[in-house]
Amino acid sequence: MSKRNWVVTTAQRLTMLAGVGFVLMAGCENKKAGQGGATASGGSAAADKTATPGVTATEIKIGQSMPYSGPASAYGVIGKGDVAYFKMINDKGGINGRKVTLISLDDAYVPVKAVENTRKLVEDEGVAFMFNTLGTANNTAIQKYLNDKGIPHLFIASGAEKWADPANHPWSMGWQPSYRTEAKIYAHYLVQEKPAAKLCVLFQNDDFGKDYLAGLHDGLGDQYDKIVVKTASYEVTDPTVDSQIVSLQAAGCDALLTATTPKFGAQSIRKVFDLGWKPLHLMSNVSVSITSVLKPAGLDKSTGLVTAAYLKDPNDPNLANDPGMNEYREFAKKYAADIDPNDANLVYAFGVSMTMVKVLTQCGNDLSRENIMRQAANLSKFTIPVTPPEIDINTSKTDFRPFSQMRLARFNGTNFEPFGQVIAAD
Amino acid sequence: MQALLHQILSGLANGAIYASVALALVMIFKATHHVNFAQGELAMFSTYMAYELIHAGVPYWIAFFLTLVFSFIVGVAVERLIMRRMQHAPELASVIVFIGLLLAFNGFAGWIFSFTMKEFPSPFASKAWYGTTYLSSHEVGMIGVTLIVLAIVFAFFRFTRLGLAMRAAAENRPSSRLVGIRVGWMLALGWGLASALGAIAGMMAAPVVFLEPNMMGPILLYGFAAALLGGIDNPWGAPIGGFLFGVLENVAGAYLVGSHLKLALALVVIILVLVFRPSGLFGRTVVVRV
Amino acid sequence: MTAVSVASPIAAGGGRPRIRRGSLWLGALLAIALVGPFVVSGYRVFQLSQVIVYAIALLGLNLLTGFSGQISLGNGAFYAIGGYVAVIVMTKAGLPYWAAPPIAGAVCFLAGSLFGRTATRLEGLYLALATFGLATATPQILKLDALESWTGGNQGIVITKPGSPVTGLINDDQWLYLFCLAVAIALFVIAWNMVRGRTGRALVALRDHPIAAATMGIDVAAYKTIAFGVSAMYTGVAGALGVLITGFISPDSFPTLVSIQFLVGSVLGGIASIFGTLFGAAFIELVPDLAKKASDAAPQAVFGVVLIACMMVMPGGLAGLVYSVRARLARGTIRRHRAES
Repeated sequence: MSKRNWVVTTAQRLTMLAGVGFVLMAGCENKKAGQGGATASGGSAAADKTATPGVTATEIKIGQSMPYSGPASAYGVIGKGDVAYFKMINDKGGINGRKVTLISLDDAYVPVKAVENTRKLVEDEGVAFMFNTLGTANNTAIQKYLNDKGIPHLFIASGAEKWADPANHPWSMGWQPSYRTEAKIYAHYLVQEKPAAKLCVLFQNDDFGKDYLAGLHDGLGDQYDKIVVKTASYEVTDPTVDSQIVSLQAAGCDALLTATTPKFGAQSIRKVFDLGWKPLHLMSNVSVSITSVLKPAGLDKSTGLVTAAYLKDPNDPNLANDPGMNEYREFAKKYAADIDPNDANLVYAFGVSMTMVKVLTQCGNDLSRENIMRQAANLSKFTIPVTPPEIDINTSKTDFRPFSQMRLARFNGTNFEPFGQVIAAD
Repeated sequence: MQALLHQILSGLANGAIYASVALALVMIFKATHHVNFAQGELAMFSTYMAYELIHAGVPYWIAFFLTLVFSFIVGVAVERLIMRRMQHAPELASVIVFIGLLLAFNGFAGWIFSFTMKEFPSPFASKAWYGTTYLSSHEVGMIGVTLIVLAIVFAFFRFTRLGLAMRAAAENRPSSRLVGIRVGWMLALGWGLASALGAIAGMMAAPVVFLEPNMMGPILLYGFAAALLGGIDNPWGAPIGGFLFGVLENVAGAYLVGSHLKLALALVVIILVLVFRPSGLFGRTVVVRV
Repeated sequence: MTAVSVASPIAAGGGRPRIRRGSLWLGALLAIALVGPFVVSGYRVFQLSQVIVYAIALLGLNLLTGFSGQISLGNGAFYAIGGYVAVIVMTKAGLPYWAAPPIAGAVCFLAGSLFGRTATRLEGLYLALATFGLATATPQILKLDALESWTGGNQGIVITKPGSPVTGLINDDQWLYLFCLAVAIALFVIAWNMVRGRTGRALVALRDHPIAAATMGIDVAAYKTIAFGVSAMYTGVAGALGVLITGFISPDSFPTLVSIQFLVGSVLGGIASIFGTLFGAAFIELVPDLAKKASDAAPQAVFGVVLIACMMVMPGGLAGLVYSVRARLARGTIRRHRAES
């Protein structure tokens, strides 16, 4: 067997494979075109100009990219929850007679894959807009494409500050309060409560963690250097943060802010306790789920933790008969039976999907992309059952921050007790 | 000074986790001459098994030993059903199978047990007399367990006929067959024992890093680096590599480069060591016959 | 892990008609590759460009692992460096996009040679660890505050994708695809000549019998260094093209998963095969999507199982399978000839 023979056969096989592949792909395209997906085929019909891709008399097709595999798979619950919520809406008759189809693709938390998914959704599936795609880097990667094309990029699942920039990115909007806002709230609280505090910060070495540092800078101003004594970072690939906590304790702090994801939040609670260190422990609201963070770390070890919340905690025994949470639990039981109803990510999915439904309802029969964006920026005192009653959602043409209020809460060993006033970010 | 002591002790505690993973890697390497990249995920899966047993009301230590048995069986099964067929395949094909196993176990665990973090109990009471603010009682217990396991593994290879037979089977298959060693079963046994050792590592690590499907990923890299640092064919060198690595990483992070570069620095140090001592600190130098 | 067994032995031979038939088939493949993007949608064109980029990266890995026998779990690092060099060249130095891949390749060649030079003493597992360490450390180094003015730090950098110069005829996606294709063809031809020439023979000798090779006067360290440099160059060019088609770069774009993917693709195609890379690239690009379609609940588990099954069926990758099937067919033909005569 000579090498050339082998080359020849390989080339043959590859050519045939490629040929078959193209025929299949082309076939798919034709099928799509046949279904009447109004993709860019030139202005063939004047009527097509007003029609939004993905919107028919009976359906609104939308898309998202989610990490169902890879290191951030824990957030996959949000995507599954979103899909489940729209299933519930469709079972109840849809929105103004239209059913919502949410196509949720896996990006393994890799930006390149998110770009690919978005293009597939927009160009092949012909979705009306993108909803609740997760991850700061992944959304940054698709933001330009969507804004260039004028496709709504709504309720981004990331707390970065940059989604609230209507002047430069009029088609992108976040949903949750930004991490920076949250850190600002902690800064104000610290100045009021403990003006002589020595603060240490543990943060994840990425966008998420660094936004907390930026927020502290905003909130503390020129006092930053006086109050923040030491910061330490960790990588998501670190097995533990024990060493960082030991370093921070050695700096002599009496307050600690942990800007971490759940796993490292639980680790820091454990290590702080083991060291016999008793700082005022401020914990990012990403990592305060009672079942999946505080319980593994130990409820007794978590007592005294302070956080700023905007969603209700599904584990809170005081909310066992709360009508809003009962509505949520009913949804969880019926439509998301395979997901732990105490997972805070499912509460998030419920809230964000409900906001989306509100926007689409407000659109009425004008489901043009412009109007969807206009209505998303036209929410006034909208409340959802999974937030505390004092907190509501407001947006306007210049304010792309649906949430700008939070409430401080302290963990008393069984649940988070709210204290103080609802705090607005600005 | 006190802070330095603290960092060193905390590094030893982390080192115990790396050491126990390194031990499992040594076990399988000595039995099959493979490095099993799926070792961590197998350990994670076993730990979930223990979690289920404990939640069903089984007392900790009984659950512990039942898990070891379960893991042993899973290890043997993987060898018999999958690796057996890869015997004559190129080395790299086996590596890809390990990656496949890693992804599959991780994915299945997420599917069955969800990605939500679970609480995993420590067998060592949190207010025991041996716990201090320098080393918690679990950390002391964990270091103790690692040392005991190390002694057992060392004795197994050094003093038992089975250990010797296993080494022989890995070293030279045809000659081992000629002296009556059942090579196939030796390989399966190696997988089973490595899997059980991994389960111990998982159950000791879970109270520290918390139980979730991705818990062993980072630890495996550290365990692998530790094993190579100490010598991957050496049952006492590899765990020492683990302890060294734990301390090195903490001290580097706290005093030399800052926590964001501690892994990078630790790896650079290890690579430099390997450039000068290619078989690790305590490894046996292999002489190649021409 | 030093002995990488190979699917295709390098041997001389092959008759003239064969060559002609071979070029015919290659021509047909090229024709399809040229016409293809004008038949399918923009997303598919993007996906095909991604396959080409991966194929180049896999080729880089094959040159290293398949031909010189050095394993690398860290080529993702060079992929990242190539991407960043491309972005810096375009945004800071203001050079046109077509200058980015060659510059990225040159920088990566230097980086790879330097790394390869240090790593010449490491083999097998130890080299695997060193390269994996490189892949793990790269994103952390890219995030450093000191480099932020160049790399954009955690935020990453969004670039304007190059447009087509003939917009009416070829749209932007198709233009980029053709650009990637042209670069790929050039690199494949170079690789093809290299493995058949003096360098290739020296590398294969090194892989199969390092000691014999050394006694024959092959400078082991020099060749291993070159192999690393060339491999890094290919991967760096792929990284530069990758960022051109994606339009975005950040440290999070390069988890160690990227390096693992390269290894998976390379082994699946056939580790010492040049054309196998196309199959490997298509596999790592398309199979994860299929896995998600097969199972919403556990796509990663499905992918893992598919991977194991593939390796059990074709341990030598696609090229190995093709080779053994042909060998069997050839034996059959000989037997028939004998029976007839």
